[in-house]
Amino acid sequence: MVKNRTTVFFSLLTLALLMALLLNISFGQVAIPFKDVFKSLLGGHTDKVTWDYIILNFRLPKAITAVLIGIGLSISGLLMQTLFRNPLAGPYVLGLSSGSSLGVAFVLMGAGIMPSFLASFLVSSYGIILASCLGSLLVLLLILLVSKRPRDTMSILIVGLMFSSFTSALVTVFTYFSSAEQLQKYTFWSMGSIGNLPWSHIGILAVCTIVGLVISLMVLKPLDALLLGEHYAKSMGLNLRKTRYLIILATSVLAGSVTAFAGPIAFIGLAVPHLAKLLFQTSTHKILFFATVLLGAVIMLLCDVVSQMPGMDFTLPINAITSIVGAPVVIWLIVQKKSIR
Amino acid sequence: MDQKQTILSTTNLAIGYATKHGVHTIASNLNLSLDSGRLISLVGANGIGKSTLLRTLTGIQKPLEGTVLLGNKIISHYEALELAQNLSLVLTEKLPPSNLTVFELIALGRQPYTNWLGTLTEEDESKIHEAIALTQIGHLVDQKHYEISDGQLQIVLIARALAQDTPLIILDEPTTHLDLFHKVSVFKLLKKLSQETGKCILFSTHDIELAIQLSDEMIVMTEGQVALDQPCNLISQGVFDTLFNDASITFDGTKGTFIIK
Repeated sequence: MVKNRTTVFFSLLTLALLMALLLNISFGQVAIPFKDVFKSLLGGHTDKVTWDYIILNFRLPKAITAVLIGIGLSISGLLMQTLFRNPLAGPYVLGLSSGSSLGVAFVLMGAGIMPSFLASFLVSSYGIILASCLGSLLVLLLILLVSKRPRDTMSILIVGLMFSSFTSALVTVFTYFSSAEQLQKYTFWSMGSIGNLPWSHIGILAVCTIVGLVISLMVLKPLDALLLGEHYAKSMGLNLRKTRYLIILATSVLAGSVTAFAGPIAFIGLAVPHLAKLLFQTSTHKILFFATVLLGAVIMLLCDVVSQMPGMDFTLPINAITSIVGAPVVIWLIVQKKSIR
Repeated sequence: MDQKQTILSTTNLAIGYATKHGVHTIASNLNLSLDSGRLISLVGANGIGKSTLLRTLTGIQKPLEGTVLLGNKIISHYEALELAQNLSLVLTEKLPPSNLTVFELIALGRQPYTNWLGTLTEEDESKIHEAIALTQIGHLVDQKHYEISDGQLQIVLIARALAQDTPLIILDEPTTHLDLFHKVSVFKLLKKLSQETGKCILFSTHDIELAIQLSDEMIVMTEGQVALDQPCNLISQGVFDTLFNDASITFDGTKGTFIIK
């Protein structure tokens, strides 16, 4: 029975992903009929040349970006929740996104004070990714260092919160000293945006996501062992140190690369793994991994659809949408304390 | 009939830990030998160093002197995975929140044997079912681990250790927080397991009177002395009289109980 339930949910989720993709590509400031979306995606031509152009050069890249972001953030959330034995862990809550922000702020606004050859590299997309990943890695390592001491989960969250405000304070210091142009660049980045990414950037993001996912696949079994706590995991032959490093590496690559391109996006990393656990009623990471991948992609695509509702001639910042959707989910999870597992 | 085999042994073992002010030795010159098919309890007052002894015997902590042999290999020479195939633990710590079912929890005991994805082979399945049958928890397997009582959870954790299929199982205070009925059933289960599976089972406990009745051998830790023997011998040696550093608690050897004056 349990197996059947899993199969049914996986089929439904795959179907949902296809629908969400189609919906995402069809909706936008210009309404394009489903039939033409199909045609265009399958290599044919639509009734209008502009539609082809919009679909292939604007909407398809955006949809793929949304999928990658949804997957990356959700999986990093799943990894962190098990590593920290804390249901409230996630890249945003624990300050990873703030770490990334700090890295990016440093690069975008601090470029002026650096030697020019360094500055030109850093402002390039590679530089931003590197800075973003390093920023999130730094915060993650700090949290890990602190979390070794106090055993209860609350203090880890508070520490994450403190890191967030610390990094945002540093960012404020940076903004104070930067030019209007730099400031604007950073502000737009920090509002989060998943459109306007050129194919080359999507390629980089895809590679980072795949690297992160492959590492995550390698730790699926250790993650299961960690469900009993570190001591039990060790007694079952787990190399705790290696596992920890792999999880941290995967998390910072996933959260760091996503944040580099799309800005700090809230709540996806926290809420999606919970929805997956709720839906599949399991803790087995082999199942949760794929469930989280599918669910993360679907939810991010839907959030993007909402952020540019048809009929509106503007696009809301994606970060606002994910927070509006995600915050109530988290509150609901906490109120229903039983379901946090 | 009784083909006993030494599973764990120590030679001139000294345990303790290093502090800022130098080395603090808890006990030295320990020559213990734990045999297969035996249920052995470890008793002693709070703070006497039971945990340190267990940590040293399980290889988590280095001995100050001497060696711990598991099988015929020094315990610190084991690879993590190999050690997990020879020694399983039941700990006191609370399990983190998760959706694990009882079956999944027991199945985790097979991790030292499964492939990189943790896929269960037929052999794994049969070991798991054997553990479930031995502990008689077949009716619990589909429940979530947080839905069952503390006593049941303790037995499930013992089943997990069984599934790990090791010659030695060490349990850290498995009967704490349980009522008398469940204490007794855990003890009886451990006794049965040691007899039926031939495993060596070592556990620490504060339920000394029960331990005296059910263990094959006991390790009694007192200030300056660690004794390993059969309970009746320990009683006639008067070891239990000095267990607690308090004149108002005395041990009645004929009844096997402690008396408070």
